[in-house]
Amino acid sequence: MDHIPILKLGRALLVSIQADVHDRLAKSLEDDLARRIVETQARGVMIDISGLEIVDSFMGRMLDNIARVARLLGAATVVVGMRPAVAITLVELGLSLNGVRTALNIERGMRLIGTVVSDGSGDEGGAGLETIDEPDLG
Amino acid sequence: MEPRSNIVERVVADDADGLLARWQELVAASGAAGPGRIRDGEMQKQCQAFLTALIEGVRSGASTVSEPAFAPARAVLDDLSKASAASGFGPRETATFVFSIKQPLFERIRSKAGDDAAQTAAACWQLTELIDQFGLYMVDVHQRIREEVVRRQREEIAELSTPVVKLWDGILALPLIGTLDSSRTQVVMENLLQAIVDQNAELAIIDITGVPTVDTLVAQHLLKTIAAARLMGADCIISGIRPQIAQTMVHLGVELDVVSKATLADALAQAFARTGRTVTRRPALSR
Repeated sequence: MDHIPILKLGRALLVSIQADVHDRLAKSLEDDLARRIVETQARGVMIDISGLEIVDSFMGRMLDNIARVARLLGAATVVVGMRPAVAITLVELGLSLNGVRTALNIERGMRLIGTVVSDGSGDEGGAGLETIDEPDLG
Repeated sequence: MEPRSNIVERVVADDADGLLARWQELVAASGAAGPGRIRDGEMQKQCQAFLTALIEGVRSGASTVSEPAFAPARAVLDDLSKASAASGFGPRETATFVFSIKQPLFERIRSKAGDDAAQTAAACWQLTELIDQFGLYMVDVHQRIREEVVRRQREEIAELSTPVVKLWDGILALPLIGTLDSSRTQVVMENLLQAIVDQNAELAIIDITGVPTVDTLVAQHLLKTIAAARLMGADCIISGIRPQIAQTMVHLGVELDVVSKATLADALAQAFARTGRTVTRRPALSR
């Protein structure tokens, strides 16, 4: 796997990380994501890590970096689906991902992004899911 | 002077029945088999089993308890120590069982060795050494069993004292009781995170009414738990901080950078407000 697919859901981008991420993959994900945020004018980025059983300090830093880049580009980041064991490991490593929002599952994540988007932009309530069928976004 | 095994063997093995009878008498008299303790018949059987195993071991020429020749003797003592520890005896009562065989053995040495002082002394020393080893072995086993009991109880307490309660849809409560050390924090964290997944929770109220003191270490453990819950997408509210504890925390400079409330009720109200619920009061229904 040399690419992690980035899916567009309305004004949010969805990235699902299913396997261990090595250096090059992480770099390409950061690049792709930054480009896509600008291209799609996304207001939210959702990173699903429910498939990950192990998260090391490298992964933690990558998530942090992505969140920072996204924030600079005007998008909020939500990490969803973290497993209990992963959460404990990250806390023990001292990585509490303070710049990142979190949600239990994708459904909650979408809701969170919806509120963030409507809070942050003030435009016609561009809540994540509802904006899917807006023609100007296609 | 006779070689070791010979005299010891003669003392132990000749007329084993006579020795057994005398020993059983002494064991019964020492109170190890008194009323409410190990039953008389049981004790007699144990005596017999141990003596048989001892004779076998001595015959094979073994001189220390750890040798394989004494394995059957050790097995008898294992069983006995377990029974005695389970019925709440101390190590003294347990080891008295083995030590009480010394008296009949020494009586026999006297009769066998006669006036030969050197031989008497040698036999006494060899037997004492052997029997003492068995006694210490019994104490060791006894100790190990008690430690096992303590360890198991500690685990049970840890499990009992960290329940996660569902208060409402998506709202969990975690009433903490007792001091938070790192091993308990681990259990608490695991329980809480698993409950968050199972109950699909978005809010957890950590109630520390039952935590006697909050120092920097406990605060750090609390913050860790909160950080882990946040990573799973659940927010935490701390409740039940008693006035003295709040003051101590301020004096110590402990910072809990989370929402905290004085009582569980306040925390629940806050949780309702955050999840968009309101509580209204209506005239009570007549029963």
